[in-house]
Amino acid sequence: MKAVALPMLAGLAAAGFAPAMAQDLTVGLKSEATSIDPQYHSLSTNNQVLQTIFEPLTSQNAVQELEPLLATSWEAIDDTTWRFELREDVTFHDGTPFTANDVIYTFCRIPLVQNSPSSFTLYMSSITSMTAEDDHTIIMETAEPNPLLPTDIVVLPILSAETLGAEDDITFAPNGECEGLGDVPQSPAFNDPEIAVGTGPYTFESWNRGNSLTLARFDDYWDGTPDWETVTLRPITSDGPRVAALLAGDVDMIENPPIQDVPRIEEAGFKIVDSLSNRIIYLHMYQDPDGEAPSISGTDGENPLLDPLVREAISLSINRAGITERIMGGYAEPAGELLPPPMFGTSGREVDAYDPERARELLAEAGYEDGFTITLGTPNDRYINDEQVAQAIAQMLAQIGITVNVDAMTASQFFSRRNNQEFPLWLAGWGASSGEMSSPLRSLVASWNPEAGLGTTNPGRYSNEEVDTLVQQAMAELDDTERERMLQEAATIALEDHGIIPLHYEVTVWAMSDDLTYEPRRDQYTLVSEIKPANGQD
Amino acid sequence: MIVYLIRRFGQSLLAIVAMAILVFLGVYAIGNPVDVLINPDATQAEVAATTARLGLDKPLWQQFGIFAWNALQGDLGTSFVYGRPAVDVILERLPATMELALVALVLSVGIGVPLGVWAGLKPDSMAGRTIMGGSILGFSLPNFWQGMLLILVFAVLLGWLPAGGRGQTTEFLGMQVSFLTLDGLAHLILPAINLALFKMSLIIRLTRANTREVCLQDYVKFARAKGLSSRRVVMVHILKNIMIPVVTIIGLELGSMVAFAIVTETVFAWPGMGKLLIDSINLLDRPVIVAYLMLTVLIIVSINLLVDVIYSLLDPRIRLSEMKG
Repeated sequence: MKAVALPMLAGLAAAGFAPAMAQDLTVGLKSEATSIDPQYHSLSTNNQVLQTIFEPLTSQNAVQELEPLLATSWEAIDDTTWRFELREDVTFHDGTPFTANDVIYTFCRIPLVQNSPSSFTLYMSSITSMTAEDDHTIIMETAEPNPLLPTDIVVLPILSAETLGAEDDITFAPNGECEGLGDVPQSPAFNDPEIAVGTGPYTFESWNRGNSLTLARFDDYWDGTPDWETVTLRPITSDGPRVAALLAGDVDMIENPPIQDVPRIEEAGFKIVDSLSNRIIYLHMYQDPDGEAPSISGTDGENPLLDPLVREAISLSINRAGITERIMGGYAEPAGELLPPPMFGTSGREVDAYDPERARELLAEAGYEDGFTITLGTPNDRYINDEQVAQAIAQMLAQIGITVNVDAMTASQFFSRRNNQEFPLWLAGWGASSGEMSSPLRSLVASWNPEAGLGTTNPGRYSNEEVDTLVQQAMAELDDTERERMLQEAATIALEDHGIIPLHYEVTVWAMSDDLTYEPRRDQYTLVSEIKPANGQD
Repeated sequence: MIVYLIRRFGQSLLAIVAMAILVFLGVYAIGNPVDVLINPDATQAEVAATTARLGLDKPLWQQFGIFAWNALQGDLGTSFVYGRPAVDVILERLPATMELALVALVLSVGIGVPLGVWAGLKPDSMAGRTIMGGSILGFSLPNFWQGMLLILVFAVLLGWLPAGGRGQTTEFLGMQVSFLTLDGLAHLILPAINLALFKMSLIIRLTRANTREVCLQDYVKFARAKGLSSRRVVMVHILKNIMIPVVTIIGLELGSMVAFAIVTETVFAWPGMGKLLIDSINLLDRPVIVAYLMLTVLIIVSINLLVDVIYSLLDPRIRLSEMKG
């Protein structure tokens, strides 16, 4: 068989698979955007790709600090009113000028996107009115004070009102009741490069679903000429083949290589960059005093996790340094908080010490000297080495007398079962998309409160009145210093109460050919516009 | 023949209905798609709104009823992930898989049958033994590992071929295909070999066994005795008679190759239907999973029908017995 195939292969090789020109860039991504419409699916997979075509008013830099983009500056005029100054002399890919009308159109369209699997309304629901003071000034009003407004709109890239068929004068109204929008194009229309125009550094060329998304340089970009003539983004979902594609020279850069392959990739002459991410891996526990804790035995029907001493014992029995070193290959950092310092709202709280002695004493003090048996739920394909971490924790808890049955499953099943409160103890992760402490506090630690939209990912129903009060206050505090103090205090109370147990911060890894540079990002995004040629200088 | 076909068709319809119910219930039991699709930052109100938008707030029987009613009108639902009709999403990926499966089939038959006949004619020769040894390897090496090894040798170490993806495609009969460009062909070779190896081994072993059996038949001996060239003996008398089981296998295997090229497509990042199925399962894209499996049943059923027709062309006895039945 080989005898037949070899001459043919040689012929093909001679026909020339020339290495990519230095002007072209190919990137291997872990997953594929689900649409070219930047308002269709609120998901980092989509955002990281589409933000090279479309640009929001504000953006976050590599360490998630807020920076101007299409808005040059913004200020809070009073508690509920914001003024945004817009950048002048910006044009969309089809030549239409960027004005305040485009901003209003963009915000108006979000609630009107049909079939959205996860809507962006979440990031604009606080806005009650929006008016153009002039062509390059926007006034936004909110019902309640919202200090995070400039951060919220980071994920809302601006569309061209003119291109999408709006009138010259749009009146904003909440809940998709704007006037003057014309016939709003739905997401499938964005497969047409004539419709999918933004102001970003690259224009949308073509999309071959499942295979590649092609972008081209936008010559009239407002911030200088982009680095690459064409950019091809290829979804390669499996880890091994993604690494192989890099080693074979098919792609110039990949995201998330498996950490066990990193030494091999480096040996082959590729560059590795990594960064601490905003993703905390944590243990959460069922702590509803009125509910029946699932899958706990040996406690006469009591729920030991309601006792802060038991929760502290669990935290002290975990050797975080060992997990980081041996399971994560050093690509993680032991965590004492829900966000790595020095991000906004962190206090630099010490990592809980590894002290099995003390943990046993605490258990005895709580009346569980013989331990108990409990199930630990974990996904096995969502976070880096998630199942191995869970197994290690099970062994560490066994050291202090708690028998743990690890129940590992695929992510889709895990999230459904977790949200149905089927686990007494589980391992999960949280990436703070806003880059500050209110994100994990509101979702993971605040009491379950559907009216206020708090505690959404708190199926353990941990509840602490002090924490709730501080979080609510911080959400309405426009003064940064004061807000940070409140967030620090709220987080510290919850962590000292061991209402949630932080394990480690994930480190995100990228691998690329050594003639590229990339500043690794905390939000784990692979942003094409930030991939630069390494001109022999860093 | 007609009666027989109609009866077979009815059975196939039943299979499809049973499949729909099983798959729908199965996927329903796995988990809630909203938990997977929704942005973690979403509030409880957003979750409820999305659940209602996808129609997942209704009781199971009602959801199934809506699905079945729409399916009867040819609408298999809208993909949760892509927001487009599930059938469109799948058909968009069909050409890539078909192309891969057909090329793999041509490879496995084109190489497998001659090697099998050779091994059957000269079972004790060095070549015959080597062929059989090779086929055992092709059988027993896991598909995934085989694919990775192909990538390692031909893409990473030798750098002759790309490690994955589909490369350049051209429009052909309204479909995007790769086999018309050099770049596309280069991308096609490794995954096609990976998909073909197992089938090739199967065909080699089958042809060899049949050849040995047929060689001993009287009509072959008679043909030789008549002084026909050995080439003619093999090409006409032997080949024609060993093809029936081979055609059966080809039919069955083509169906399974189209439906379950999943491993190969995953290893080579080949944008076909198998890859789509895996992605859809991970995202609990219920309409796509159900529609995919129903299309799969449809494809396999049609191929089986086709095989029956080819049978009757190859062997008149089959046709005649059917007529009586």
